Amino acid sequence: MRCTEDRGTVKVINGRYRPTGKFHYIYEHSPIFDENGKLMGITNPRDVTHIHAYGGEAQFFESLGKGKLLGTRCDNPHCEAEGSIFMPFRIHCPDCLAKNTVVDLTETARKSATVHTFMITERTGAFNTLPTPIKFVNVEFEGVCTILMGYLSVGEPEIGMRVVPIFKTQNPTFTILDLSWVPAGTKEADLPEGFTFG
Amino acid sequence: MITFSEKQLKIPSMSRPVFLVTGGMSKFDRAIPEKKTEELVIDAFTEAARFIGKTPAELKQYIHSAYYGHFADHFGDQLLGEAVIHDRLGLDPLGNVGIKTGGATGGSTLWEAFKTVASGYSDCVLAMGWERMDEVPTDEGNHYIASAADKDWETPLGHIYTGYYAVMAQKYWQVFGKSEDSFRVTMAEIAVKNRGYARMNPHAQGPKKITVDDVLSSPVVAYPLRALDCCLMSVGAACAILCDEKTAYELTDNPLLVYVAAGSHTLRVADRRNMAIPLLPNETAEQYKDLGERFPGGDRYPGFTGFLAARMAAYYGYRMAGVTDPTEDLDLVELHDAFTISDIQTYEDIGIRPYGEGRTYVESGDCYHTNPHTGKPGKLPANLSGGLLGNMHAVGATGIMQAIEVAQHIWGRWAEMHADPKKWEAFGRQKPEDWTDLQVKGARRGLAISHAGVGSHVTATIIVHPDHQLERRF
Repeated sequence: MRCTEDRGTVKVINGRYRPTGKFHYIYEHSPIFDENGKLMGITNPRDVTHIHAYGGEAQFFESLGKGKLLGTRCDNPHCEAEGSIFMPFRIHCPDCLAKNTVVDLTETARKSATVHTFMITERTGAFNTLPTPIKFVNVEFEGVCTILMGYLSVGEPEIGMRVVPIFKTQNPTFTILDLSWVPAGTKEADLPEGFTFG
Repeated sequence: MITFSEKQLKIPSMSRPVFLVTGGMSKFDRAIPEKKTEELVIDAFTEAARFIGKTPAELKQYIHSAYYGHFADHFGDQLLGEAVIHDRLGLDPLGNVGIKTGGATGGSTLWEAFKTVASGYSDCVLAMGWERMDEVPTDEGNHYIASAADKDWETPLGHIYTGYYAVMAQKYWQVFGKSEDSFRVTMAEIAVKNRGYARMNPHAQGPKKITVDDVLSSPVVAYPLRALDCCLMSVGAACAILCDEKTAYELTDNPLLVYVAAGSHTLRVADRRNMAIPLLPNETAEQYKDLGERFPGGDRYPGFTGFLAARMAAYYGYRMAGVTDPTEDLDLVELHDAFTISDIQTYEDIGIRPYGEGRTYVESGDCYHTNPHTGKPGKLPANLSGGLLGNMHAVGATGIMQAIEVAQHIWGRWAEMHADPKKWEAFGRQKPEDWTDLQVKGARRGLAISHAGVGSHVTATIIVHPDHQLERRF
């Protein structure tokens, strides 16, 4: 059963959350008996919707749906890490804690992204929305000091493989799932539904 | 390269020594529907009291503050479960606090308890850990565990923590294991060993008499990891009592010195700048100069092949306790064998073997109770409890269980706590006809490593018989 009827949505108006619709659905408990009919416990069913702030990372998740991959750079001249580029996007430099500068890494990714390591798994946890098997890839970029986790949508991963980013520019989810990777040279026609090269 | 200041690398000091007086644990199993968590906790506490000839009420009279390790509130659907347990143990109005550091929760609970006694705040503390992982189906459990990854950047990717770890396994497998069949066999031997030792442990959830072929033919979870390479999901509780010297000797005539240190690393693997390898007392920078030549791709540190948090826990802990070379100075270890390959990685992080050479700890036979090549005692037996692969991983209890198992060897009371037919019967388990006493003869010093996920938190608990203290030379 999917409880989608009047599922809650939220807007921010004047700096406050304005929720509309249902944020929880109520179900009855049911008893748990053993094979002899002895009461052992009870189920506690629940269906809730949480609200979550993206804060300073909102521009990263918004940019994915527009076909852009944003990272950040420490530009603090007094920091040991000055000039370091971070992907995943770090709002603040982890060394000096100054606010980082946002940089567009889309072209860097297109030209230099390679698979640092990977994993293929059939198993998922509850609430997974990715098709299985999931092909996890951890992607490294030229000039970027950190490594980004993602998933490969076409082909079989290998360490050292050149990959390029693809973006869910049609009906974006505004989550990290809007970013995926395919082997360099993949044709647009072979991309999953809703994804483009940006 | 990240560099660390002298202040950050200061060796932790204590105002006074800390002693482990006793410990106990419940039965461990995948599900225990007949008992509430408070019953399991009381089982563990009662075992700890009886171990030193006290009643639970008598032992409670000594406790001044309590530390509760319970990782996942959402598994039990009970926020502040620590307060419930504190109430059921009848320890109010004493101060208490909950500790949560993922898979390392048990070790971190000992860390907090240790610091409390070392500081002088309390003379006797309770460190109690538990986990209740049977109250949701396994796939929801996997989602909940995956919630311990970064919720925006990682959790949506499959909601499966094994996957986030498995990319590290893949890198280690290819770089240091060189994708060799022989390395794959070495991984399998760990699964055979630990599940086999679990057969001698009445508390253990997953004892199995299996072969390397059984491991290699078990279903692939995330290549090269197969089902029998992966640890258990468990229910159960474990506790320890830590005291200052005076109180320790009031409670028992045989307390053990204990040292606990902790390290951490970024939640998202390889999401910090690189660094030089922090060196343990038995290592030199020189030995790692050609690491990248010997193992192409192995020179990015810490990267995906090692656990910096484990390295730092050992870095601080060895120097606190005076350990110069773990293989020489320690008599047994309990390691966080969540996966066979992470067990091998940890051998390197904690200096049992240099980086790149972890597999030789298994292949030499050093990690066995009895070396299969020589028939003589293993040089540094590992995970005689059965570990996370064969005994349990009831997260908040795991690090405490490991420490108690190590201590029981040093006390020379391992057989007493594992052989009793009444305990086997009480747990509803069949004692094997070929039950073997795994007591490490003459054990003086041991180590327990408690580890979270992809290495966000790791603790090193070093337990030393007071007659066999090491000289601190650092």
